Amino acid sequence: MTKPSRLLPLVTPENEHYWQGGARDELCFLCCQDCSHYVHPPAPLCPECLSRKLAPRAVSGRAVVHTFTVNHQPWIPGFDPPYVVAIVEIEEQPSLRLTTNVKNCAIEDVSIGMPVQVCFEDLGDGVFLPLFEPRA
Amino acid sequence: MTVPGKATTRLERSAAVTGIGQSAVGRRLNVDPLALTADACLAAIEDAGLRREDIDGLSTYPGSMPTPAGFSGAGITEVQEMLRLKLNWFCGGPELPGQLGSVVNAVMAVATGLAKHVLCFRTVWESTAQGGGGRQGIGSGGGGRFRASGFMQWTLPYGAASAAVWIAMMAKRHFHEFGTTREQMAWIALNARRNAGLNPNAVYRDPMSMDDYMAARMISSPFCLYDCDVPVDGSTAIIVSSVDAAKDLRKPPLVVEAVGTAVHGRPSWDQWDDLTTMALRDAGAMLWQRTDLTPADVDCAQLYDGFSFITLAWLEALGFCGKGESGPFVAGGSRIALDGEVPVNTHGGQLSGGRLHGYGFLHEAATQLWREGGDRQVAGEPRVAVAAAGGGPLGGCLLLRRD
Repeated sequence: MTKPSRLLPLVTPENEHYWQGGARDELCFLCCQDCSHYVHPPAPLCPECLSRKLAPRAVSGRAVVHTFTVNHQPWIPGFDPPYVVAIVEIEEQPSLRLTTNVKNCAIEDVSIGMPVQVCFEDLGDGVFLPLFEPRA
Repeated sequence: MTVPGKATTRLERSAAVTGIGQSAVGRRLNVDPLALTADACLAAIEDAGLRREDIDGLSTYPGSMPTPAGFSGAGITEVQEMLRLKLNWFCGGPELPGQLGSVVNAVMAVATGLAKHVLCFRTVWESTAQGGGGRQGIGSGGGGRFRASGFMQWTLPYGAASAAVWIAMMAKRHFHEFGTTREQMAWIALNARRNAGLNPNAVYRDPMSMDDYMAARMISSPFCLYDCDVPVDGSTAIIVSSVDAAKDLRKPPLVVEAVGTAVHGRPSWDQWDDLTTMALRDAGAMLWQRTDLTPADVDCAQLYDGFSFITLAWLEALGFCGKGESGPFVAGGSRIALDGEVPVNTHGGQLSGGRLHGYGFLHEAATQLWREGGDRQVAGEPRVAVAAAGGGPLGGCLLLRRD
């Protein structure tokens, strides 16, 4: 299967831990150094304790599919349907969610509650897209 | 969490809807959207029995906005200039509790005495602007150097380039938690088409069957084509007046009994705590905390259907059924029919009537309360109607009362 032609994110000092962690095979989020709350999307302070001491921290990469859709509509030239878009919840914190694609499995095998594991797609320009695949 | 609802003085009741207007509505009209706006605005001013010199306030959603193509057909400045209005107050912008948040702004302006008669408008020309290429994904016209920023960086690289994809995931979660089915959700689309058949201004009026619905191509599961509204060109205008100034106008004033504008969760399409409710949960709860009326008093409900699932969520948010119960509530289509316990989207909604983006629901609520619905008029003498617009992290609603 050919790789889809993806639109790239604009990498900034605020989000580079997320988009570039995949170079080390790490899924990274900002984490509060005072209360250990993970913050995503990145923000200048912790929404729980208002601490400004936030630093990137790698998580296990284990997650569960919270919900998903099988998209059939060609929205982006070169990004051919059908494909699965999912919101996954990261194991370390129930509220730590992200939108992603589930790959390396048949579309009909994706289900809510399915255990998944992060994997990365190198998009060039230093961007490594976090994707998820079934957990072995 | 407290809701600012138990105030002893509810200022919204010093405002009323006094006139409505609408331009031609259709697919690829190839008409200047400002001309459509003029048609709607002048019709609303005349409907209220006002002269344009009486208009001293102007409000719109989302204001002037070049992209997405056709999303905004006119902004405040253009309309003020076109009609040479002498404004004491105006406001246009997208960061509001849904599209009807702009009407709530007008209500507040009137209630606080900043303006007497506010002209509210919303113009879309997405059908003409999109041309023959169909509905496009966000950012798809960006070219090779395009880089997604803000919220879009978290969705566009994954091909989640439309609210269709984001809200499909909310619907899927609702299906998972409550057993909701496509056959149940279909009734939002089938009911809309049934009502559109009675509305000469609706764009899709041919009968639709459950078989037609189930045979339609999938867009983003569980949404098929008929779960998605249809882009059109058109403009809708609403006049909001102070009740004191409304007394001698042409029509009985439709008092703004209560509004709902709350958003307590994270304002995000994928970080919202309970995806099955969206922000509608908070707006709906606030509305009922500001009135002694209850859902049983509502004679018709005009509930946003940019995607069919959003109407299910509004039915729950506004308490017409319990949380998670909207699927069985609409199944079979009788409860939400014109002669049902709560007639829903009596004009055909945006699914069959056309994507007028929120304002069409308030226009229809007023039409029904003034008993001008023609073949689609609900029976009896409707006195209370709710209009609700928005989905995802955006939601706002108004309850109108005719005394």
